[in-house]
Amino acid sequence: MPSILSISGVSKTYATGFTALKEVNLDIQRGEIFALLGPNGAGKTTLISIVCGIVNRSTGTVTVDGHDISKDYRAARSLIGLVPQELTIDAFESVWATVNYSRGLFGKPANHGFVEKVLRDLSLWDKKDAKAITLSGGMKRRLMIAKALSHEPRILFLDEPTAGVDVELRQDMWEMVRRLREDGVTIILTTHYIEEAEAMADRVGVINRGEIILVENKAELMHKLGRKRLVLELRNPLTAIPEAFSHYALELSPDGGQLTYTYDNQAERPGVASLIRDLEAGGIQFRDIDTQNSSLEEIFVNLVRREP
Amino acid sequence: MNFRAVWAIYRVEMARAFRTVLQSIISPVISTSLYFVVFGSAIGSRITEIDGISYGAFIVPGLIMLSLLTQSISNASFAIYFPKFVGSIYELLSAPVSYLEIVIAYVGGAATKSIILGLIILATASLFVPLHIEHPFWMLAFLILTAVTFSLFGFIIGIWAKSFEQLQLVPLLIITPLTFLGGSFYSINMLPGIWRTVTLFNPVVYLISGFRWSFYGKSDVSVGISLGMTVVFLAVCIAIVAWIFRTGYRLRN
Repeated sequence: MPSILSISGVSKTYATGFTALKEVNLDIQRGEIFALLGPNGAGKTTLISIVCGIVNRSTGTVTVDGHDISKDYRAARSLIGLVPQELTIDAFESVWATVNYSRGLFGKPANHGFVEKVLRDLSLWDKKDAKAITLSGGMKRRLMIAKALSHEPRILFLDEPTAGVDVELRQDMWEMVRRLREDGVTIILTTHYIEEAEAMADRVGVINRGEIILVENKAELMHKLGRKRLVLELRNPLTAIPEAFSHYALELSPDGGQLTYTYDNQAERPGVASLIRDLEAGGIQFRDIDTQNSSLEEIFVNLVRREP
Repeated sequence: MNFRAVWAIYRVEMARAFRTVLQSIISPVISTSLYFVVFGSAIGSRITEIDGISYGAFIVPGLIMLSLLTQSISNASFAIYFPKFVGSIYELLSAPVSYLEIVIAYVGGAATKSIILGLIILATASLFVPLHIEHPFWMLAFLILTAVTFSLFGFIIGIWAKSFEQLQLVPLLIITPLTFLGGSFYSINMLPGIWRTVTLFNPVVYLISGFRWSFYGKSDVSVGISLGMTVVFLAVCIAIVAWIFRTGYRLRN
């Protein structure tokens, strides 16, 4: 699949001397949902701001559907819709006026039917004459999304879309993102809620301290980096792991009642069968057995921690 | 040229003026009327004619200029500072609009508002004193040129300002004294020798003098110089705006 957004060698050093991004390379494929994960201050928002034209990059090039974001900024920016993290709207404008304004700002001819559809899809239609200042936080968030969608973008950036958002709105939003994807819109979302990436993304990129440390298909990432754990509830507590089992990566719980075996499920011989055979042979009996997959969250924490 | 964007911004700016009609239109009209009552009638009745013009009529061009300058600056500076302050400027910066289009829309909006205001004050003044406009074309030319120039100046202040205090600073500390000392209420020929020379360094003198000439055909300094000074100030503002946009100063990091 050809990439719709191509970021190469992008660095950003602010006037204060703080380096927010170091030589970032990233290609986003047409029509995918890409989740950019990273702790606070990792450079997620700076990267988005550069692509959208809000922050100037120090080095590197960015193209949007083949259009350079500096030389051909009109074509590049027309394709992009941005929902920033902060709720920043002109408080005294009505919902209807501000969404139509956004459409005009992006050079699109007025289309009241389309704006109405966007507002209806986001359950904002009853509020169309309300001033932004009178809306609840969740409604304001919907309004920001409506503004971003008003000019029919092909790429939608959602910067921390569900931070401080209630469950209902979060689910509505995920639903909306899936609908947009069906229409062929490419979606890039940043988040530090792993569950969000886990539930929605096709691919995941991890950014930490201004560097992209990994870009991977989500399923593969979980498969590749995912470790499995086998937990054995022992019938009789042990005081220590017997010598004979030292070649297994075993951990004994403090009370001695639980043995945990961590293994790589990709390995040729994960060693589960042999462990159980050896335990039986060694006379260690267990009452119960359980296996757990590591979540994206654990993978992420491990990745970020591994960095010096 | 993204005309739709220019039109969208312009419309929002005009809509704000009508939403805050009390603040943007009615309050300047009231304060102008007060000037007429205080200066025109109460004090003016004791002042003899200046250059053959009754004092009440003499102060009309100056009063219009006074409002034109302060309103152009405050309209334009607020229009660009407010989105910066609340953060909604992200949308403008991420939109496919050029800097030129941004300036045309914001400065156009601010200038339109202050021109409308100037004409309203003119209409209000005609209720108090008999008015006579000798050069209507030049009157409009000065009105438009001044509104555009000072809206540009306000736009620069709005971009430069990092706080509401800074936003008020320049209009309050520089513009208001300059306009009051710019010959709105007197002819600079009435000043003692040295002060007349000092006054010539005040750019507002040229605006008011030229504008008054378009009404009564009489001026403190020659019209050519007035026009020249206004154009020079406009050119300086354009140059600063061009520099701001080339460097992204205080807009894009």
